Amino acid sequence: MIFLKLIVTNLRRHRIRSFISVVGITFSVAAMLTVVTILQGAIGMFSGILSSDSEIIVFERNVSDLFFSNVPAAAVEEISSWPMVSHADPVLFGIVSSADHPIITCFGVTASDARIRKATWIAGDRFAFAQHADDVVLGERAAEFLSAKLGDHVPIGHGVFHVIGILKTANGFEDGGVFMPLGAAQIFFHKEGTSSVITIKLGNKDDAASFKALVKTKFANLIALEDAEFTRSYSQFRILKATAWAVGGCGLLMGGLGVANTMIMSVFTRIREIAILRVCGFSNTQIAAMIFGESAVVSLLGAMLGLVTGTCLLFALKLVPALHGYVDVTIQPLVMLIVIVLALLTGIAGALYPAIYAIRIRAVEALRFE
Amino acid sequence: MNLSTAQANNQKRIVLRAEDVWKSYDDGAITVLQGVEFEIAEGETVAICGSSGCGKSTLLHLFGGLDAPDRGRVSVNGIEVNRHRNLLRLLRVEVGFVFQLHNLIPDLTLAENCLIPTVATGLDHRTAHARLMQLAERTGLTHRLDQRIQKLSGGERQRTALCRALMNKPKILLADEPTGSLDEHSSGMVFDLLLDLVATEGVTLVMATHDRGLAMRCDRLLEMHDGRIHEPVSA
Repeated sequence: MIFLKLIVTNLRRHRIRSFISVVGITFSVAAMLTVVTILQGAIGMFSGILSSDSEIIVFERNVSDLFFSNVPAAAVEEISSWPMVSHADPVLFGIVSSADHPIITCFGVTASDARIRKATWIAGDRFAFAQHADDVVLGERAAEFLSAKLGDHVPIGHGVFHVIGILKTANGFEDGGVFMPLGAAQIFFHKEGTSSVITIKLGNKDDAASFKALVKTKFANLIALEDAEFTRSYSQFRILKATAWAVGGCGLLMGGLGVANTMIMSVFTRIREIAILRVCGFSNTQIAAMIFGESAVVSLLGAMLGLVTGTCLLFALKLVPALHGYVDVTIQPLVMLIVIVLALLTGIAGALYPAIYAIRIRAVEALRFE
Repeated sequence: MNLSTAQANNQKRIVLRAEDVWKSYDDGAITVLQGVEFEIAEGETVAICGSSGCGKSTLLHLFGGLDAPDRGRVSVNGIEVNRHRNLLRLLRVEVGFVFQLHNLIPDLTLAENCLIPTVATGLDHRTAHARLMQLAERTGLTHRLDQRIQKLSGGERQRTALCRALMNKPKILLADEPTGSLDEHSSGMVFDLLLDLVATEGVTLVMATHDRGLAMRCDRLLEMHDGRIHEPVSA
């Protein structure tokens, strides 16, 4: 109890300094949480597009990005005919731009695609999809930012398209995207006879391993991965995740430097007090534990406030119309745990030098200080 | 020291021993101890007198393991004081310190200050509290236990320091000018208490002081000058 009081007393003694340190960690944690959660959400949304009513994704082996993947129509045809396959949907991804929107995701899909079949149609008739080459269906947000209504003709990229439907979807990418008939998309993106991926739904999920093996045997340049497997291994996702953690980590490092500064000052201003504890029989471990305890309190307080601030920030971002559907505020418990542990480790790292300094204080010299 | 005391001490166990102890500061520019030799028996009260800077405090620091001699041997209860080995046991169990400046932690209460040594030893709360109450009663501080140090008088602070030094029931109490910062009245009161406590607790007292009046009340008086100990014929 007294040990805890020794820790807290020093923080209370220098309230402003402690407050600044806590705020430093708070902002670092909030920044890390926000960046990581947004990117995790984006990855989740992208995975969601791929796994819509499917368990397996087939794409070109050794491509860095799915936009560069080319799966021949012959492969789609053959895979669709395999008895274990319930349905196989070829999807072509493309990026186009309009006047005020440099990036609009385009999905070239067939009329039977789950994204068309299972979506909520706000306007239009899904059976009208893919009747004409210049027909497009817009996501609700895409319709909003393109100011397009059912029946309008809208300029997208280098073409003008007829809006035959508007879809509502919880997925930010799909909500802000454009759905084209696969054939039209292949011509538009100069990828005739190919798709980016095939999303596969199996009749029996237990056939996943044999399906993957069959793809490997039949198509040397294609690879089949289960959805979870794909999310784990896709290089773009890994780069995004690494970037998010790196950016967050830099923020935390800044916070850690703040803690280090506070702890150094804390030790320097109570050299005599540490000497008294030494004379009272405090061991090196106890002195170090006191310093680390102090930084742990700062870090934990900062982490807790950071989690609250980060969550509020995410909710605020979710309310921004331009980001509608892009921000997923569901904070994964693992992310929360990692952020808290990182904040604690940062605090401990920040207290390392001050703790070593405190351990080396010689009571006999320190007690001469007035 | 009279003959009967000396004879009695001959039969008592030696708890503190300095053998040819040398100590200098500033890379040898100032030599404060020059071959100090003496022994102190269990339960003795010993005053070390001498002018400022003669090495009284240094000697106490060496016995408490807070500093190391350049040469020679300092032993407590037969164990050589080494700044690395045995030091924690020495500071936690064998030795208690009282300084001229009380050296209490201002943000803690009187009780909390006294309990600090029990945190170091990991003494259980109940035992520690019982010991605190016992010492507080003896020193007349029971009604001030929850007061912060800033609100205590000089005498009360020094009595608190005395309680803290005795919390872990040390066998030896090293007091460096324990009444040096107090007025005459408080000084006498604290010293009476100090002698009373060491007598009832069976503690060996080694006290550095300028005050010859107080020094004369100890069993032995050691004079320090020229970096050596000189024991007068009688104290």
